[in-house]
Amino acid sequence: MNTETGQPRLLQGNEAVVEGALYAGCRFFAGYPITPATEISEAMAYRLPAVGGTFIQMEDEIASMGAIIGASLAGVKAMTATSGPGFSLIQENLGFGVMAEVPCVVVNVMRGGPSTGLPTHVSQGDVQQARWGTHGDHPIIVLAASTTRECFDLTVRAFNLAEKFRTPVILLTDEVVAHTREKIVLPPPGELEVAERQEPTVPPDWYIPYADTASGVPPMAVFGDGYRYHVTGLVHDVRGFPTERPDEIVPFLNRLFRKINQHFQEIMMVKEELTEDAAVLVIAYGSVARSAKRAVREARERGIKAGLLQLVTLWPFPRQLVEPYLMQVKAVLVPELNMGQISREVKRVNQGLTRVETLNRIDGKLMTPGEIVERLVKL
Amino acid sequence: MDKFGYAQSQKFDTYASRLMPREEYFTSGHRSCQGCGEALAVRWVCKAIGKDAIIAHATGCMEIVSSGWPQTAWMHPWLHVAFENASAVASGIESALKVLQRKGKLKGPMPKVVAMGGDGGTTDIGLQSLSGALERGHNFTYFCWDNEAYMNTGIQRSSSTPYGAMTTTSPPGKMSIGQHTQKKNMTAIAVAHGIPYVATASPSYLFDLFFKVRKAIETPGPAYVHVLSVCPTGWRSATDLSVRLGRLAVETGVFPLFEVVNGKYRLTVEVPKLRPVNDYLKPQGRFRHLREKERDFIQKHTMAQYQLLLDKCGASYPEFPVITEPEEEKE
Repeated sequence: MNTETGQPRLLQGNEAVVEGALYAGCRFFAGYPITPATEISEAMAYRLPAVGGTFIQMEDEIASMGAIIGASLAGVKAMTATSGPGFSLIQENLGFGVMAEVPCVVVNVMRGGPSTGLPTHVSQGDVQQARWGTHGDHPIIVLAASTTRECFDLTVRAFNLAEKFRTPVILLTDEVVAHTREKIVLPPPGELEVAERQEPTVPPDWYIPYADTASGVPPMAVFGDGYRYHVTGLVHDVRGFPTERPDEIVPFLNRLFRKINQHFQEIMMVKEELTEDAAVLVIAYGSVARSAKRAVREARERGIKAGLLQLVTLWPFPRQLVEPYLMQVKAVLVPELNMGQISREVKRVNQGLTRVETLNRIDGKLMTPGEIVERLVKL
Repeated sequence: MDKFGYAQSQKFDTYASRLMPREEYFTSGHRSCQGCGEALAVRWVCKAIGKDAIIAHATGCMEIVSSGWPQTAWMHPWLHVAFENASAVASGIESALKVLQRKGKLKGPMPKVVAMGGDGGTTDIGLQSLSGALERGHNFTYFCWDNEAYMNTGIQRSSSTPYGAMTTTSPPGKMSIGQHTQKKNMTAIAVAHGIPYVATASPSYLFDLFFKVRKAIETPGPAYVHVLSVCPTGWRSATDLSVRLGRLAVETGVFPLFEVVNGKYRLTVEVPKLRPVNDYLKPQGRFRHLREKERDFIQKHTMAQYQLLLDKCGASYPEFPVITEPEEEKE
């Protein structure tokens, strides 16, 4: 396989995810075959041994997620990739990852659902599941890629966010993004930021594994480095031991939220297209954003002042970046390949500022630019 | 028969094949690949099961190819469940039927409850629910279609993939010989549950398969049948060799055919003279990269496993193939 950087290559989204992960320093991958995410496992099986990494195929997705949590605690950047049904199985351990603050990256290549659904067709039905799939009140970071290049960039970004904030990060792609082959020039090492996790600087005896810090993110010691500490899915105190004391539970959960909340500026990402003077705005993400991009241009040709706001970070919802537009435009269109999972969120943020219209497609096919233009004309 | 160097099938030569049922419960028109050993197995297993049965089928090749819109190949009431829960769903069906029967609401005899799954859905993700169902002792039969990898998603390794095999997630190369673990002994796991009937079967030995399925279905309590299903697509073998490969698997001792009734092993197909395992490996592209050393290792391992099985069965040893030790290792 050609692994040169700086040369144009033809990669599909799944392969770009693999390249991005290796670029970010991922050296452990545990996976389970599932259409349409299998290529990530296959490419990882091929590429990881060459860079001294480990690929394991697990017996199911529950085990995959467990394995990457273990690997991450052992000090290696770890990732798994799955799709719909597998993502459902991952949820319990995902909650554990949030609770025990284990950095890892989960790629979910969305396919039609529910259940086995449409294994070979595109959908964006897992957006709310990515946010609320695991039980309990928890913060989570979810990114959505729309092109092969974004698959690469956002995988690197997902690792950075995971390592910086000690949290699982979910990267949502979909069947179309995953299987579309595009030209991509991989950046040379050093061009993109690659973050490493913060390690304790104190001697092992002084180490407090879940101590509150200014950033809300405690330094993370590698298991087996002499720093002994307790990891549990139970609510724990600063030393990691289970607690039922309200005066310890509340600060702990507050810190979990705070470490994400106070870094909103770093986490929230959107891409704007022709939005400066827009009178109608399309808010889209994933593969639909590509159709929307063209639709906005076509609408401009027809004299409609349309703009596109592409959400790159889905959760936490980039409210501060969306709100100014809601005050500026006379209508917002949210095209999605589901029954309205992000439009719901836009409506919540909107609170009567403007009119929010939805455009939903759930037949397993990609939304065409024509559909969006047609709807824009009627707005 | 002599063409395959195989004498054992004469045991059934006197059996009239015209006595086999003509009814088809797994009909033609499904979309399996050319030369699919699994489809052949399913067809004959369904014949043996008979008419009154309910089938819960885990996600897998057979589910995909047999139930594509707008047709189904299944004549039985058949439901496709998720990947990991065929046995759990079958447990539910069986328990519900029992209740209906107890209350006198079930007209006629109780239908047979059958669960089916591929090797991934049985030995990997479905092992938990299968183990639970076997332990609870539901009156059902589980069939594992073992094509030794996840063929449906494009040939990824499973825990049933044999040592040395090439798959897309166990690619051979400088640092890897392909699959580096041994095939999971699923029948031994089933036997360890203390269930009344466990058997291995192969569609290359149709009568043997037929009788075992009949036994498994009629057995009160849980039964487990492990069916080796040759997959030309994933094994990288010629499509016209599927039945022969199934025979070679038995003749080389790679996949011995036996049954375990209440914990007692019995070899159902005895092989007077074991063939060298290379005869089985050679026609398959997935073993193409293996060197002499690894082939010898597979030979030794196969013989050791076969001897263990023969000991359990109390059968006499056949003539084993001779392994010549490489010269340089002796020095």
